[in-house]
Amino acid sequence: MLAGVLFYGLYSAFANMSSNLAEQRIASGFGFLAHPAGFGIAQALIPWSEAMTYARAYLVGLLNTLLVSLVAIFFSTILGFFVGIIRLTPNWTLSQLAKWYVEIVRNLPLLFQILFWYLAVLATMPAPRSAISILDVAFISQRGIALPRLVYGDGAGIWLTALVLAVGCLFLYRRWSKAHQPRLKRGWFLPYAAVATVLGAWLIIDSPFSFAIPKQERFNLTGGLTILPEFAALLIALTVYSSAFIGEIVRAGIQAVPKGQVEAGRALGIGNSLLLRFIVIPQAMRIIIPLLTSQYLNIIKNSSLGVTIGYPELVSVGGTMLNQTGQAIEVVGMWMMTYLTISLATSLFMNWYNTRMALVER
Amino acid sequence: MFSRSIKIFMGGVIAAAAALTHGALAAGPTLQKIKERGELACGVSQGIGGFSMPDSSGKWTGLDVDFCRAIAAAVFNDASKVQFVALSAKDRFTALQSGSVDLLSRNTTWTMSRETTLGMSFAVVNFYDGQGLLANKSLGVASVKDLSGATVCLTSGTTHEMNLADYFRTYDLKYEAIVFVTADETIKAFESGRCDVYTADMSAVYAQKSKLKQPDDYAVLPELISKEPLGPAVRQGDAEWANIVKWTHFAMVNAEEFGVNHANIAEMRKSQNPEIRRLLGLEGNLGETLGLSNDWADRIVAQVGNYGEVFEANLGAQSPLAIKRGVNALWSKGGLQYAPPMR
Repeated sequence: MLAGVLFYGLYSAFANMSSNLAEQRIASGFGFLAHPAGFGIAQALIPWSEAMTYARAYLVGLLNTLLVSLVAIFFSTILGFFVGIIRLTPNWTLSQLAKWYVEIVRNLPLLFQILFWYLAVLATMPAPRSAISILDVAFISQRGIALPRLVYGDGAGIWLTALVLAVGCLFLYRRWSKAHQPRLKRGWFLPYAAVATVLGAWLIIDSPFSFAIPKQERFNLTGGLTILPEFAALLIALTVYSSAFIGEIVRAGIQAVPKGQVEAGRALGIGNSLLLRFIVIPQAMRIIIPLLTSQYLNIIKNSSLGVTIGYPELVSVGGTMLNQTGQAIEVVGMWMMTYLTISLATSLFMNWYNTRMALVER
Repeated sequence: MFSRSIKIFMGGVIAAAAALTHGALAAGPTLQKIKERGELACGVSQGIGGFSMPDSSGKWTGLDVDFCRAIAAAVFNDASKVQFVALSAKDRFTALQSGSVDLLSRNTTWTMSRETTLGMSFAVVNFYDGQGLLANKSLGVASVKDLSGATVCLTSGTTHEMNLADYFRTYDLKYEAIVFVTADETIKAFESGRCDVYTADMSAVYAQKSKLKQPDDYAVLPELISKEPLGPAVRQGDAEWANIVKWTHFAMVNAEEFGVNHANIAEMRKSQNPEIRRLLGLEGNLGETLGLSNDWADRIVAQVGNYGEVFEANLGAQSPLAIKRGVNALWSKGGLQYAPPMR
């Protein structure tokens, strides 16, 4: 019956919406996605030009959202674990530092922090013509960080394939040897094998790689790889903000491990760092992972605040689409479905990881 | 657990859709709604000098703002009965479509697709503009054609994004666009040096330039890269309301043409000129045919002023912007402002 009511509700809402739109002569449908977009996007991970379609523009925005979210998740996890563990050290100064870091960062609005990094920090860098030079290959200016760009020459593909194969083989070998010869002393062998493989391939193909160094031109530094200040500000703000929350999650997780476990470890004469690595953290992870999942979801959703500083993510690019075409309902629907899909995929992955960790524990 | 969260989500969607559609259904003829509410809900920009800007005491001034006041004077005989709704370029169309504002008087460019797909109807052009660019003098740029490789700051949801792309494509110039949500964020980023160039409607370029800390360090480039006819817009499908908006502007232009202004209106009421007598509602019933009273245009001029007065006070010689009348002069003086006869 619930399904029936739901269906009727949905149907009448949709019918109502369609007739209202038709009455107001507002065009509807997704046909606009195939039209040329006609606007520029400052950062695109895939080739982009104004003559390409709105669908492609949306994809460019989606990739920008995923890029900043994934990198922020990576760094905030590392920083968060660091902060959480520091906070529990017996060293008074360090733990107080970590405490105040958490309290300050956690209690300031994220939007404020994004604007702080963008307007108060990155905007005060020098102009491109007087950029800070690092060994004349990398430059920092208010237009972003210009780095040398890797240029792939002939044979780069073969070389990369060889590298992937070599790493794959090493990985398989390691698993196999672990399973069959647990006591074999093989630690010294692996790195040498890896280096030999890579160098061998390099020598055979005669280095297919080169670097394009950024050059100072009339308006900007061009030719290299540029990290936009919008990206940098959003990334730093998301990382710092989330690391405070992750720090608290890690602290809670560690403190929830029964004291007896630590005492038992000490009784066996295990040192502090080993105790943390092999006894405390693995048990704390069971508590940490579900909470970490919500933090990751928050990072992904919060990345939409990038729109305020002009970072071309989903909401920014979608907003331009919405305004150029007027397809508000369609674009808002696309936003909802996209964020829902990314979030559900993230939580499915984290739940899978959680189950795996839990099984290993018991 | 999964299916339950989907059900909850769907419930939310239905509630949202119901809320969305309810407003539109309840909306009757706009004039009726405004009279019941007791004030006009007028969508204006968040702060562009000369068009709509709140001053330190919160009082709004500008050409677009005065147009809202003129309509309030015509409808309520009280130019102050306006609720100004400050809208970003991005939100303005949705605000009009959904009925949160009765009228968009927000330096909005009249384009074909906005009328054919957005359900909007542009009433008149009350300011003929074009897109201009502002650059730092230290770059030594004399023309837009010198800008290949430049970074450009602009506001999203405007025609500027497309015009810029079109122009740079036409002349095969490279550029990088950094897009912000509000005009304020955009000019701040430009001033901090994030971009080489700032672009907007020429009138807005002058207005923003006057707000910079060192306006003399910047130069407006000579080219206009587009046509930007700006004017008030209403929702389609309410001809009565569209007529009121349209003829409010025409009454102000006609008043200027006949020399009827704020200062001399009492005297003009004694005029024997039939055109002036019709304008002021002393002859005929033009006001009643609009759904208002016959002295509607008299009230507009007495409380707000004629087109020329409003222009001079907000944009022209009496304002900090000092924009010349140019194409916005009356047709009789070589401009494009031409109002159909009131008869």
